[in-house]
Amino acid sequence: MRDGYLLLEDGARFDGELCGHLGEITGEVVFNTAMTGYQESVTDPSYAGQIIIFTYPLIGNYGVSAEAMESDRIHARGVVMRDPKNREDVATAEGGWLDWLADCGVPGIGGIDTRALVRHIRDRGTMRGGIFPADLAEAEARERVASEPSMDGADLARTVTPPEPIRFEGDGPHVVGIDTGVKLNIVRELRERGCRLTLLPCTSSAEQVLAEEPDVVFLANGPGDPGALDYVVDTVRELVGVRPLFGICLGHQLLCRAVGLETFKLPFGHRGANHPVKELARGRIEITSQNHGFAVQGPGGEPRLDGDEPVRWETDFGVAELSHLNLYDRTVEGLVLRDVAGATVQYHPEAGPGPHDARHLFDSFLDMAHA
Amino acid sequence: MPKRTDLEKILLIGSGPIVIGQAAEFDYSGVQACKVLLEEGYEVVLVNSNPATIMTDPEFATSTYIEPLLPGPVTKIIEKERPDALLPTLGGQTALNLAMALHEDGTLERFGVELIGADHAAIRRAEDREEFRRTMTEAGLRIPWSLTVGSLGEVEAALAENRITLPAIVRPAFTMGGQGGGVGKTETELRQVVSEGLAASPINQVLVEESVLGWGEFELEVMRDHNDNVVIICSIENVDPMGVHTGDSVTVAPAQTLTDRLYQELRDQAIAVIRAVGVETGGSNVQFAVDPDSGEIAVIEMNPRVSRSSALASKATGFPIAKMAAKLAVGYALEEIPNDITRATPASFEPTIDYVVTKIPRFAFEKFPGAEGRLSTHMQSVGEVMAIGRTFRESFAKAMRSRELDSPAEPPTDDEELLAAIEVPCAERFDLVLEAFRRGLGVETVHKRCLVDRWFLHELQTLATKGDGTDGLARTYKSVDTCAAEFEAATPYYYSAHERPRPDGTVASEVRRGERDSVVILGAGPNRIGQGIEFDYCCVHAAMTTRELGRDAVMVNCNPETVSTDYDTSDRLYFEPLTAEDVLAVCEQERPEGVIVQFGGQTPLKLARALEEAGVPLLGTPVDAIDLAEDRGRFGALLRRLGIKHPPYGTALSAEEATVIAEKVGFPLLVRPSYVLGGRAMEICYSTADLNTYLKAHVKADQEHPLLLDRFLENAIEIDVDALADGEDVHVAGIMQHVEEAGVHSGDSACVIPPMSIGEEMLEEIRATTTQIALELGVIGLINIQYGIAGGELYVIEANPRASRTVPFVSKATGAPLAKIAARLMLGEKLAELDLPEPPAGHVSVKEAVLPFARFAGVDSVLGPEMKSTGEVMGIAADFPTAFAKAQAAAGVLLPTKGTVFITVTDTDKPAATQLATRFHDLGFELIATGGTAQSISSMGVPVTRINKVGEGSPHVVDLIRERRCDLVINTPTGSGARADGQAIRTAAVRHAIPCVTTMTGATAAVRAIAAQQQGDAAVLSLQEIHAPTRAEQPR
Repeated sequence: MRDGYLLLEDGARFDGELCGHLGEITGEVVFNTAMTGYQESVTDPSYAGQIIIFTYPLIGNYGVSAEAMESDRIHARGVVMRDPKNREDVATAEGGWLDWLADCGVPGIGGIDTRALVRHIRDRGTMRGGIFPADLAEAEARERVASEPSMDGADLARTVTPPEPIRFEGDGPHVVGIDTGVKLNIVRELRERGCRLTLLPCTSSAEQVLAEEPDVVFLANGPGDPGALDYVVDTVRELVGVRPLFGICLGHQLLCRAVGLETFKLPFGHRGANHPVKELARGRIEITSQNHGFAVQGPGGEPRLDGDEPVRWETDFGVAELSHLNLYDRTVEGLVLRDVAGATVQYHPEAGPGPHDARHLFDSFLDMAHA
Repeated sequence: MPKRTDLEKILLIGSGPIVIGQAAEFDYSGVQACKVLLEEGYEVVLVNSNPATIMTDPEFATSTYIEPLLPGPVTKIIEKERPDALLPTLGGQTALNLAMALHEDGTLERFGVELIGADHAAIRRAEDREEFRRTMTEAGLRIPWSLTVGSLGEVEAALAENRITLPAIVRPAFTMGGQGGGVGKTETELRQVVSEGLAASPINQVLVEESVLGWGEFELEVMRDHNDNVVIICSIENVDPMGVHTGDSVTVAPAQTLTDRLYQELRDQAIAVIRAVGVETGGSNVQFAVDPDSGEIAVIEMNPRVSRSSALASKATGFPIAKMAAKLAVGYALEEIPNDITRATPASFEPTIDYVVTKIPRFAFEKFPGAEGRLSTHMQSVGEVMAIGRTFRESFAKAMRSRELDSPAEPPTDDEELLAAIEVPCAERFDLVLEAFRRGLGVETVHKRCLVDRWFLHELQTLATKGDGTDGLARTYKSVDTCAAEFEAATPYYYSAHERPRPDGTVASEVRRGERDSVVILGAGPNRIGQGIEFDYCCVHAAMTTRELGRDAVMVNCNPETVSTDYDTSDRLYFEPLTAEDVLAVCEQERPEGVIVQFGGQTPLKLARALEEAGVPLLGTPVDAIDLAEDRGRFGALLRRLGIKHPPYGTALSAEEATVIAEKVGFPLLVRPSYVLGGRAMEICYSTADLNTYLKAHVKADQEHPLLLDRFLENAIEIDVDALADGEDVHVAGIMQHVEEAGVHSGDSACVIPPMSIGEEMLEEIRATTTQIALELGVIGLINIQYGIAGGELYVIEANPRASRTVPFVSKATGAPLAKIAARLMLGEKLAELDLPEPPAGHVSVKEAVLPFARFAGVDSVLGPEMKSTGEVMGIAADFPTAFAKAQAAAGVLLPTKGTVFITVTDTDKPAATQLATRFHDLGFELIATGGTAQSISSMGVPVTRINKVGEGSPHVVDLIRERRCDLVINTPTGSGARADGQAIRTAAVRHAIPCVTTMTGATAAVRAIAAQQQGDAAVLSLQEIHAPTRAEQPR
């Protein structure tokens, strides 16, 4: 057992034992409150550049398996846990969690008082930090944390987007995605519905997107600050009103920015599998999978909305109407464009990990292709 | 949609007495519901037969009825109160069944009472096996197949039609303890097991069902509102795989071994189940079996109501399911209800937790010699503990020590025998598993025997070999907050954790407290026979009073079934084991004004000395007084000094000495080990031979374990007294006369207030003696004294300077809340300052014990000095016979009003039995008796049919009962002899559900009750009506 510590940019230090890859790493430190789905989370490209604290203490209970991959690799930079496990007892396990972290070169740290750490971040906001071996002097570690670039303004999509288009055949509508780091479960959901799917590098131009002759354009989830992705926003702006669009998570933020709405950074983000989201049209509540650090402002620039009304924004492309609201902190979780074809949600209807309550959204997104 | 305004008055049904399978969790859920409904402005009509519940305290309902939970009395209540709605989902199976009966007999329709929460169709879909199967199949869900067959031919047909998959389980109908059942792994084997099963079943019927033995067992707690929003509150994984009732299984929350994929599948299915069954609003529990190899899921069952599991889930997550269920039932939607704990977020979410919860059941097989002790699909545990830890190991170790076992498990020394023992699910299974790992046996070796998931076994192996992982870490307290710290918690619900100190050497505790002094109240730990809900009741009252008196009430307890562990009950709740170390750590954190150890039964009393030695201030009666009362020598001297009589006694430190002392004290003798709870291993010996048998069979007697021998006062009237004292004055709050004669444990005996056959002079002597003893002991708070009256003389049998199990009963009977008053005295108030209400005149209250014999195959149902009851009920009426009849009915003893009485008694009881027989004859009953008894009866000119004893050949008495040719059995086993036949008679009576009275005094009361019942159904009266004149004068 090799001792190590987590150091935050405000100087707070939490000691533990290194696990997984016994190295050091810096990044933005965020917490996830889901009790299952650790492998799906670390392979979700949206976690690029981040160190994940899992609030559930026992992580690794059921090992790792190919079917739980949300991309081809681990995107999280590091993992912070209370009581990490390396078991592979369940039938579906193909390997141990900690062995796999080690094989993938991803540092972890266990034995951390994660609850105290989460309370610290909850009260002071998301910040940078790093995992370091105990023998590295704290002053040295502090410098390394300080030299980690801030997530504000970080274009991480470019680091996770595919270099070449990826094509999946299908008999259904042609969905063309701007791939800022799509999760495989979104791909699975679309393919299950028979879609033909083309994922383009996020640097693609509107002409390149339209050249694919999409029935509907999909804006993917992904890491980093939506404010740093002006080039994607510009592309999207050229597509609004031309083709129906739907966006998930980062894609939601990008579409909103493309029609002229503003985003802001949440104090500590939404990461977990238990956030209640109200679908205003039917008054139904869905328990959702969430992973985002930024959100879209309300019509008056407000971060939180008071009522459960489908409030409206005047956008560059007509009216946008609130469709989904987070009941935890009353932030925007989704909207529809009323004058052009477009709809977006901030959360993850594809689950993986998390509840399946919102999977039906894929059907309504695809309805736009037929409209 | 906000709450419904078309409802004004709502009827709520409780769950009745504590029985195995239905315990204090329904007081917890009922209290939450009552509070919610009153807060929302509804009138609440509550009916429950169990006086030892907080919900039956008059302030929790508009009208409170302590009446039998049977259609007759409840119909009378409905007729009188005319409620608009009945909420049936918060009082366990009892309330659900009763609501269904009231629906089916047309009562609800007749009086226009709406079922809210779940309607009868939904209840039927969940409860009726066939309807449930159809509903699940239609919803596309898989449930294990099962067939009821009456012949081998039917099995052949099913095999031919591929309706059977192997292995299959065979369960014969109506045999006890699974006798004659088995597993068919091949077709040949199946045919054989079915043949055997058909032969073993008295009705030649067996249930053949799909085997899911060894599959993982999971439960999801689901809530739904009228907008069809559904959330999962908690997942629970049973550490024991399928085959052991979930109430008897060690369980953990959340599920540990499920991948996200599999968990989400269970979640989808649980939601599909609640929608398909159609529970409109409220909580349900859905149980699944999951094949660990294939991940295949089967739905096992669903409870369309709050349950033991939902109480556990509430305590495990901080999400109050029952409270929410009550709000949903009156029309609120989940999103309209704030989450109590965060206050900032709504209840329409799924709790996420950042700790591990372990629940371990508590058994009482030692109380029932002859019980097999093998766990199976019918529940046998009497209580449970829950523990919270940051790791599985810490949580599990905490739960293990919370059990507070009387004696540690004794694993076989031979490894093979140890493994063989692990193979059979039993109370000590996990003690044995840990022992196996300590001996170096491997995970695979153990897994093969018990099929417990390897994940748990690996953790347990680490626990056994390396400890619980807290070494080198510092103790701190963390909060249960439903959200893994994502939001700030407003509710102070804490558990201890061990964490690495921060660089400055500290570990921040989450405990927030203001400037007010705190009073720590130690709870009673797991329910067990001898220490049940009555003590939790007292602890809750202590917390209420502490708060009223301007202090912070701090509760320490580890029993998830209780009201005391509701975070609403106290200002701070510490969910912790009741060991000296854990309690001292809480005191270290709290620095309380004082600790109350008087209310939680023996559990906190055992800690009193250690607390005092650590310098923790104790409130109320000093520790030494407790010791003084328990030490026979010291207490005997005190009584002699006061000139108070007590039966002769002696203390033996060896078996030889016991024989010598026995001669000196004289037979009959009451023999027991010192410091016991609920009369463990207590017996009456009539001769040296009896004593020798006892010494051989039960008990070691040595320096460490002295044996107490008391002269047993045969045929004495037993009296129980609860009194309050403040050091200067004594208030005798309740004098109870036992219905059964001395020799039956007071906890198992029916008793009556006011006493029925004691003269005023004797009552005065009892009051005076009680006052003398309480003052001499220096009691501040409560004292319970047991007396025997023999030959017109008053004897003190024992005194306990603490809350007794009769406190709730006396409080309900007299209208004086004893525990609350006692708490005031302990906090410095004086009796002279308190206006104590006068007991109501014109009402008789009877308490009756409820016994679990039907749960334990082959166990003798005779009453004796060892306590065996799990719970109690109360009957209130204008006269004793009616009150007694109500109490009997409430206890499930359905006394017949016509038919045949079978009487067989010992020689000494024969004169009384003939009297009794005459009375039964006059009431129109036929009589059957064995030889001697029959002769005595017919000599009085009463017609009686003589029947053979077992030894005299068939048809004999047991045949009589088996064929249900009698409606009531009176069988007295006291005195020597008459035991062997007696046991066969009583066991048969229990098996065939024929009421069986085992004492003459009990029989005399029964005949009077029957006479009263023949006059028609008794009137129903609410506590508020009974205590109306005195309520206004309750202490401030």
